[in-house]
Amino acid sequence: MSVRDLDVAVLRDAVARLLVEANYVIPPDVLAALRAAAAREASPLARQTLEHLVRNYEIAAVERVPVCQDSGVTVVFLETGQDVHWVGGSVAQAVDDGIRAGTTQGYLRTSVIGDPTRRLKMLGEPAGVLHVDLVPGDRVRLTVASKGFGGENMSALRMLVPADGMAGVADVVVDTVDRAGANACPPVIVGVGIGGTFETAAALAKKAVFRPLTERNRRPDLAAFEQELLERVNRLGIGAQGFGGTETALAVNVEVHPTHIAGLPVAVNLGCHSTRRMTVEL
Amino acid sequence: MAGVTAIDGRGGWPREALDRLTAGDAVELTGRVLTLRDASAARLAKAIGAGEPLPVPLDGQILYAVGPSPAKPGQVVGSAGPTTTARMARYLPALFSAGVRAIIGKGELHGDEAAPFAAHGALYLAAVGGLGALLARRITAASVVAYDDLGPEALFAFDIDAFPAVVIIDREGRNYHETARAAWRRV
Repeated sequence: MSVRDLDVAVLRDAVARLLVEANYVIPPDVLAALRAAAAREASPLARQTLEHLVRNYEIAAVERVPVCQDSGVTVVFLETGQDVHWVGGSVAQAVDDGIRAGTTQGYLRTSVIGDPTRRLKMLGEPAGVLHVDLVPGDRVRLTVASKGFGGENMSALRMLVPADGMAGVADVVVDTVDRAGANACPPVIVGVGIGGTFETAAALAKKAVFRPLTERNRRPDLAAFEQELLERVNRLGIGAQGFGGTETALAVNVEVHPTHIAGLPVAVNLGCHSTRRMTVEL
Repeated sequence: MAGVTAIDGRGGWPREALDRLTAGDAVELTGRVLTLRDASAARLAKAIGAGEPLPVPLDGQILYAVGPSPAKPGQVVGSAGPTTTARMARYLPALFSAGVRAIIGKGELHGDEAAPFAAHGALYLAAVGGLGALLARRITAASVVAYDDLGPEALFAFDIDAFPAVVIIDREGRNYHETARAAWRRV
C-alpha cells in the first residue's frame, strides 16, 4: 500500500469552510425532524415554537447568518487513514487555524476563552476540541460540529455498577433530560455513551449526539433501547423550550464500548435543536 | 393559545401593562432593552453592591440575556437569541434593587433563583433559544453602551420591534415552566 501525501492546508481550509456552512445551514435530517415534531406536537404554544425554529433555520440558510449566536465550541472529528502522510505542518495547528479562520470569515461569535481557570479573554491554543481516530486505508473523513453550551452544561456522567443494569442506564438518561428541562434548548438530541472507561463514555456520548438522526444503532436491541428511551423522554412533558408538550427530544442515539466486569459507565450529552455538523471526505 | 399582548415601551416600559401580565402570556415587546451576560451581570452587581455609579441607569429597564454574534456588513446586529438565565441568577436581587423591571432570557428558574422576581415585582420572560437569526430581524438598532472590553458580553442597547417572548414568572410568583411541564407530564 502506497502512502498518500496530504497537505495540512487542505485540512485547514476544509475546517474553516465546514464550520461556516454548519453554522448557516442546519443539517437536513435535523430540519426534517423538527418539521415532523411540529406536525405531531399537541401543545399549541410548543407547536408555534417549533414552527418558529423551522422558520429561523430557513432565514439563516437564505441570509447566510449563524442559526444561533452561540456558535459554541468547535468539535472536530478527524478520521485519518493510517496510509495518509500529512505534510506542510502540524495537523492540530491546521485545525486551530481553520477554526479561527472560519470564525472570522463566518462572523461567528468567539465563545471560547483561553484559560478556564482565570476566565482570560485571550485566545488560547487550541481553538476548539479535536478527536482523532486512526483508521485503515488512505482516506480522511472530517466532521466539524458546533456544540452550544446550553445542552453541554446540563450533560451528565455516572459511573454505575453492573447491578444497576440497563434499567439504571435508562433512569440516568431520563433523569438527565428531566433535570435539564428548558435549559438544554429542547427539543433536544440525546447522545448516550455506555461502557469503556470514564472518558470513553463521554466521548461516545459526544459522537452519539452528532450521529445523523436517520441512523439507528446497528444492533437491533440497542435500536429498540433508543426507541424506548425516546418515548420515555417524550412523556416527560417538557416540550419545546420547556413550554410543555409532547415533543421533548428529536432522537436518542446510543453508542457502546466494552467495559470492565466491575463497571457500567454511562454518559449523557445533550444537544440542543441547533445541533450543527457537516462532514466531508478529503 | 390566547392571543399575543403587544407591549409598547417606546416612551419607557409601561408599568401597568407589565403588571397585568400573567405566566403563560405570549407578548411582543417594542422599545429599548439593555443586554446582559455573565461577565456584564457580575460587573453591574458588583457596582450596585459597592454603591458605585452605574454606566447606564437600570431603573425601569428590561434586561435581555444575550451575547450576539458579530454583525455582518449591512446588518444591525448578528444572530441574537437568548442565553440561559439561570447562570446569572445570583445577580438578580442586586439588579432588581437597582430598579430592573423584567429579564428576558431562556431556560428555567426555580426556588431561590425564582424568588427574587415576586419579591421585587419583576417579570421573567423567555424568548426562544436558538432563534438567533429570526430574532435579529426584530432588533432595529444596536449599540454598545458600556463594558466594551467584554466583546460579545459588552452591555448593548437594543431597540426591539415586536420581539416575541412568553411570560414565565409573573408578579405573583406563578411559574409557567412548572405548570406547563406538570400539565403535559405522563410519567
